[in-house]
Amino acid sequence: MNLAYRDIRHNLGRFLLTCFGLSLLLGVVLSMIGIYRGLVEDALTLVRTPAVDVWVVESGTRGPFAESSRIPGDTREAIARLQGVSAAGSVTYQSAETRHGSEKLRLYVVGYEPGRPGGPDRIAGGRPIGRSHYEMVADKRTGLSTGSRVELGRDTFTVVGLTDDQVSSGGDPVIYITLKDSQQLQFELAPPAARREIARGSSPGDTDTINAVIARVSPNVSPESVAEAARRWKHLAAMSQAEQERILTRSVVERARKQIGLFTALLLIVSAVIIALILYTMTMDKLREIATLKLIGAPDRTIVGLILQQALAMGTIGFGFGALLITSIKDYFPRRVVLLPEDGLALAAAVILVCVLSSALGVRLALKVDPATALGG
Amino acid sequence: MSNPDSETPLVQVRNVSKHFGDGDTRVDALRDVSLEVHPGEVVALLGPSGSGKTTLLNVIGCILEPSTGWLSLDGEVVYDGRWLRSDLRKLRLEKVGFIFQFHNLLPFLDSTDNVAVVLSLAGFGKDESKRRAIELLDYLEVGHRKNAMPANLSGGEAQRVAIARALANRPRIILADEPTAALDSERAGIVMDLLRKVAVEQEAAILAVTHDEKIFDRFDRIFHLRDGRLDDQNT
Ligand SMILES: Nc1ncnc2c1ncn2[C@@H]1O[C@H](COP(=O)(O)OP(=O)(O)O)[C@@H](O)[C@H]1O
Ligand SMILES: [Mg+2]
Repeated sequence: MNLAYRDIRHNLGRFLLTCFGLSLLLGVVLSMIGIYRGLVEDALTLVRTPAVDVWVVESGTRGPFAESSRIPGDTREAIARLQGVSAAGSVTYQSAETRHGSEKLRLYVVGYEPGRPGGPDRIAGGRPIGRSHYEMVADKRTGLSTGSRVELGRDTFTVVGLTDDQVSSGGDPVIYITLKDSQQLQFELAPPAARREIARGSSPGDTDTINAVIARVSPNVSPESVAEAARRWKHLAAMSQAEQERILTRSVVERARKQIGLFTALLLIVSAVIIALILYTMTMDKLREIATLKLIGAPDRTIVGLILQQALAMGTIGFGFGALLITSIKDYFPRRVVLLPEDGLALAAAVILVCVLSSALGVRLALKVDPATALGG
Repeated sequence: MSNPDSETPLVQVRNVSKHFGDGDTRVDALRDVSLEVHPGEVVALLGPSGSGKTTLLNVIGCILEPSTGWLSLDGEVVYDGRWLRSDLRKLRLEKVGFIFQFHNLLPFLDSTDNVAVVLSLAGFGKDESKRRAIELLDYLEVGHRKNAMPANLSGGEAQRVAIARALANRPRIILADEPTAALDSERAGIVMDLLRKVAVEQEAAILAVTHDEKIFDRFDRIFHLRDGRLDDQNT
């Protein structure tokens, strides 16, 4: 006869309520981890989408995401001619704001040259950009659909294609337009004073600037050698894909990462303390029964089993509920929540460990109980 | 009635003393107590509150270690200055049944399982445990409450289920601490009759603490405890 199960069944409502409370707590822990993963994932989306090996930016900067970078538009041709480069593309990145219906819409605008690296990697609906002007591919998170028309700067763009999960590190949905359009937009969105200067022609050719050149290298060519070659131009800096990703996770999302990491750690500690307290009080409530069991001759194994099994049942059910809860609501979060199986498993293992450790507290208490207390009136 | 002198006593207590604390806080709960209880005997332990009755019962039930003395249960010496067995709980499971003042049933098990749990601890299979538990409940005339939870039992029913549990593994020594205190005199009489029946049919020794004057006449002998000492004029 399984005493743990029978006791739970006797107090089923209370037990389930406790499990439910625990599941909310563990759900919050899971979603924090998911938000953290989502943040990192989001930040890396833009860097990973073009699937390139080398990033060439303005010298002295760690652009184009962590710092602003402006380089001449003809850089791409120079990079494309370097030994080992198989493809190169110019890209621009800028934030813009527009309206869609009555909603204000913040966008992250990527300009690229169709046919070269830098565009969306997967079109989830519609088609890629086909004309050189006024077409855009927008992420579904913009709320736009194919055929929508959107004002950007002084021009009206038509949405021809959609992407999934393309957001900037700040969480703004991404749209793709052609490089030419983006340069025009960059000019139109520049402060009036700068715009006047450029129009007056005091810095000729300035409208043909880009933020970075991205390049793929041929197999068997090390990206570092291409970066090395690019750095020989004094006005350029270059880094490998891995470096770019590191910069992004380190600098752009670092603080948010630490914040969430710390918060998650705190939540884990709070959960551990709460689980320990629950298990301790669960044992406290049963001391008389435990004394009775000892009196009628139950071995320690039976008593430890009773407490441990209940602890594990609570941990498992609490975690299960929590995971289920978060999986079913994660898509309603404003930012991406990425639930990795390994994170779930790690948390599950942590919960089990905490349950076992904290039931040790209860077990210690239970084993010390004097069977004579069952006799006492 | 069996003849006490012709058989080995089931309970032998010799010169047992037990004190709690030391120095100023020292309480001598038992002083040089010796007694014997034979198979088939139903004896009472009487005395004012604080005289050491519960302490004596706990020592005999191997729940409490004496300070000095010698103790033998069912012909086996279990204490001689120290416990001679390491598995006292197993010893209890095999030889001793407890009946509490308050019934102390496990609240999460129904009547049948409260009895069956002892049997399953003693190694009986699930079905066998249940069968014997129900048999015992019938024997104690609470068979009709076999599926009731303790919270739904009356005081008398609960006490009888508790007695069934104490008897489940057929212990030959039954220790009862004020088994009838919570019952009216009619129910108290029924419980005493039952204990008598068990003593006779199972050749068990029954030692019951009581204050209950209305049942004094149901005991074979009465031990009087006063300040931890047994009075000489035990009847
Ligand atoms: N665990 C204990 N610690 C200290 N003193 C105790 C303990 N148990 C009993 N006593 C003391 O021993 C004496 C006898 O107690 P007890 O055997 O419970 O008496 P009774 O059951 O006859 O009322 C009392 O003075 C009581 O206060
Ligand atoms: Mg007492």
